[in-house]
Amino acid sequence: MPVSKLVGTKVKRREDPRLVQGLSHYVDDLRMADVMHAAILRSPHAHARISGINTDAAQALPGVVTVVTGADIGDSVGSVPCAAANPTLRTPPHPVLAQGEVRYVGEPVAVAVAGDSYTARDALDLIEVDYEPLPAVSDLEKALEPGSPLVHSQWDSNQAFTFECGTGDMDKARAEADVIVKQKFIHQRLAPIPVETRGVVARYFPGEDELTVWSSTQIPHLLRAMLALMLNFPEHRIRIIAPEVGGGFGCKLNVYREEGLLAHLAMKLKGTVKWIEGRRENIQATIHGRGQVGTVEAAVKKDGTILGVTYDSLLDTGAYHQLLTPGMPPLTGLMISGSYKIPTLKFTSTGGFTNKVATDAYRGAGRPEATLVIERTMDLIARELDMDPVELRRKNFAQPADFPLQVATGLAYDSGNYQAALDRALEMVGYQDLRAEQQRLRAEGRYMGIGFSTYVEICAMGPSAALPAGGWESGTVRMDFTGKATVLTGVSPHGQGEETTFAQIVSDDLGVPIEDVAVLHGDTAVVPNGIGTFGSRGISVGGTAVYMATQKVREKAEAIAANVLECSTDDLEFEDGKFTVKGVPDKGITIQEVALQAHVATKLPAGMEPGLQATSVFEPSNFTFPFGTHICVVEVDTQSGEIEIKKYVAVDDCGKVINPMIVDGQVQGGIAQGLGQALLEEVVYDEDGQLVTGSLMDYAVARAEDLPQLEFDRTETPSPVNPMGVKGVGEAGTIGSTPSIVNAVVDALAPFGVTHIDMPLKPEKLWRLCQGGTK
Amino acid sequence: MSNTTKIEVTVNGVSRTAEVEPRLLLVHYLRDVLGLTGTHIGCETSLCGACTVMVDGAAAKSCTLLAVQVDGCEVETIESLATEDGLHPIQEAFWDCHGLQCGFCTPGMIMATRQLLQEKPSPSEEEIRRGLEGNICRCTGYKHIVDAVQQAAEQMKAGT
Repeated sequence: MPVSKLVGTKVKRREDPRLVQGLSHYVDDLRMADVMHAAILRSPHAHARISGINTDAAQALPGVVTVVTGADIGDSVGSVPCAAANPTLRTPPHPVLAQGEVRYVGEPVAVAVAGDSYTARDALDLIEVDYEPLPAVSDLEKALEPGSPLVHSQWDSNQAFTFECGTGDMDKARAEADVIVKQKFIHQRLAPIPVETRGVVARYFPGEDELTVWSSTQIPHLLRAMLALMLNFPEHRIRIIAPEVGGGFGCKLNVYREEGLLAHLAMKLKGTVKWIEGRRENIQATIHGRGQVGTVEAAVKKDGTILGVTYDSLLDTGAYHQLLTPGMPPLTGLMISGSYKIPTLKFTSTGGFTNKVATDAYRGAGRPEATLVIERTMDLIARELDMDPVELRRKNFAQPADFPLQVATGLAYDSGNYQAALDRALEMVGYQDLRAEQQRLRAEGRYMGIGFSTYVEICAMGPSAALPAGGWESGTVRMDFTGKATVLTGVSPHGQGEETTFAQIVSDDLGVPIEDVAVLHGDTAVVPNGIGTFGSRGISVGGTAVYMATQKVREKAEAIAANVLECSTDDLEFEDGKFTVKGVPDKGITIQEVALQAHVATKLPAGMEPGLQATSVFEPSNFTFPFGTHICVVEVDTQSGEIEIKKYVAVDDCGKVINPMIVDGQVQGGIAQGLGQALLEEVVYDEDGQLVTGSLMDYAVARAEDLPQLEFDRTETPSPVNPMGVKGVGEAGTIGSTPSIVNAVVDALAPFGVTHIDMPLKPEKLWRLCQGGTK
Repeated sequence: MSNTTKIEVTVNGVSRTAEVEPRLLLVHYLRDVLGLTGTHIGCETSLCGACTVMVDGAAAKSCTLLAVQVDGCEVETIESLATEDGLHPIQEAFWDCHGLQCGFCTPGMIMATRQLLQEKPSPSEEEIRRGLEGNICRCTGYKHIVDAVQQAAEQMKAGT
């Protein structure tokens, strides 16, 4: 029976049967013998000195194993790591439990370990902490003003780092410009909110001197290396397992205090300790995304030619750096050119410490900020010049012949056809009719708006030279005695479906049924090495490594087949999993029979090692640059400020598609989070640093009713960076969607003189604008 | 906390008796006492719906119910849906339509769908979206979930 070609087709996910039955194992589902439970006492203050902790009553509670404070740990566990390289960076010590001072609400102060989780929580109520409150600073801009309370008193300001990039002479651009457009943007803090919170189980076997840590993480191998450094414990004695992971969106691309703390406790107690994060803890102590403020300035000719753009920004780092905190602004700065040819670009960023939890990578990670700034700026320019925003975009687009496109920020975009995606989206939405309808409705006192985002993003992270801890990925493909294939991948999926897509690739190229391909991931004892899943790199870097290993396996299989069939490899054909001698269709051998021969090892070519497996480590030569056009059509009810999304069209181009169903799902999910930022989501701290949005009652995540009908299409522009031509799609929806929604609402309210609104676009905010109160 | 209360509850058709602390949450009883870990905990405040189970035939959020409150009740969890003949039509539909990614919200989403289709065997898209407002999915953007509920509705009508 011929094996069908699976790449490019909708293959139902192989992960799903276990997931729809509730039979999978997330960290909290692991059942272990003699497990102890940890609960963490967290600071209720944004900034305070700890003058004393009394744990006697907690220690005395029946069932409590131990209570540990920062003083108990001392320097026996090292600092939580920050991997971002920046010579200006100030990196404060980041202990697993506060050492004498707390600097944000939710900072871990003590941990109680007990035989069950309820008793561990009871113990927290019995710990007495003497806090002496200190002045706190919550607002980013105030934090960077002279005289601000200092988050870290060892430095004379809250400045955490500076960064800049770009080329060109902005003074010249200004002098030549007919129009200068300026706008301030606030990119609010967002909580990533995977529905599964974080969780850690750590087990230490003293006999074997073996530490095993199960963590809900996107980066098991990096976590192993970082824990080795934090604990001063040999890396090869640590095993990290990322079991089923219930969403990450970047917030599990990190190394957290609790991972170091639980590992330390397991070793100290010579046993197994478990901690599952509560949702309140999750919003307090898991990283937030965005948290950027900046001002754009664009120098433009009357005909719409953009001469130069500067964007000067601040990043709210929070109180301590997480793994990639200072790495976010470069991703904004490098992408500030968007899909346009702009000769002069200048980006600056200053990081500021505040008494809040750290910001770090959340879906899009720096690029949604860039996209919002450049796409909103295009609309501001169009308004200023009284040009159609579509025409302005067309005029400044990079053209297909320009690729690889050297951008003034220093990047070289791999491939693109921005016009084609825009044209298709315009056709789908019926643009010309919409403008006429907009005029008609305005005459009736109804306010419809049309918003565009012709985005480009950077993904497939990435060349090692551009990342702090390696940008390669590993893939191993092995066929065993019975002809079944096992794939080991260093990416660590958490909903992206790589058990399916990677198997599609291997199934096609080895000609084996997909049922005979197992994809294993997320265990450092199983997968030799890896980096992880983030930056839309799963298929483009990890999938490419698997593709390359598959080719090697096929080549070896071909050599064995030729030897068995007593012919040259040049005489062989390979189809549907069978090698046959050209012109002699009866003379052949299946790849499963070759796998057996590879292990029986009696008919191997001279000098060939037995076995049928190969490993490839793919080091990409560049990033990839997916792109697309999103168009949003809204109507704003000026009486209530409510927004109705009447139409949403998305045309995305993520290069070659392995599984269209999964790509659709990634885009749709991405749009839901981008819409969340545009309309609903915002982490709010009060001016004293108290977290106001500490539960899902106050932090608004999009629900089914919040999402409009979406219409989709794709264009397909292959990437030259990898052999399959894939680009990556995990973040595109989030990066591309937000500006189209904001642009649509601003367009709708243009008759009220509105030129810009900061997110989230809450009804109250819009209602006030319609009353003419502000602006 | 040594005072306990005896409860009798039928879980997935099996009669159970247990001595539980009055403060024990139903979701912890299901997960930690009975080992039924398909019911997940996402927010502990009834807002995300990952913990949705059926209590006496109606969807309930087990993270804010005490085990003692279901004394004498019938509880059904995600583990009760599939049979030896295969997946339940709702499970099948979620699989067919790519109605899940990370899968963590899925058991609760499926239980909520079950309640929705009991009440409205042929729901409109609007009714589906409203019917699932108590359940958060952070991965899918809901479109494929809506597709799955529609497919399940068709299948279940055809099957009855």
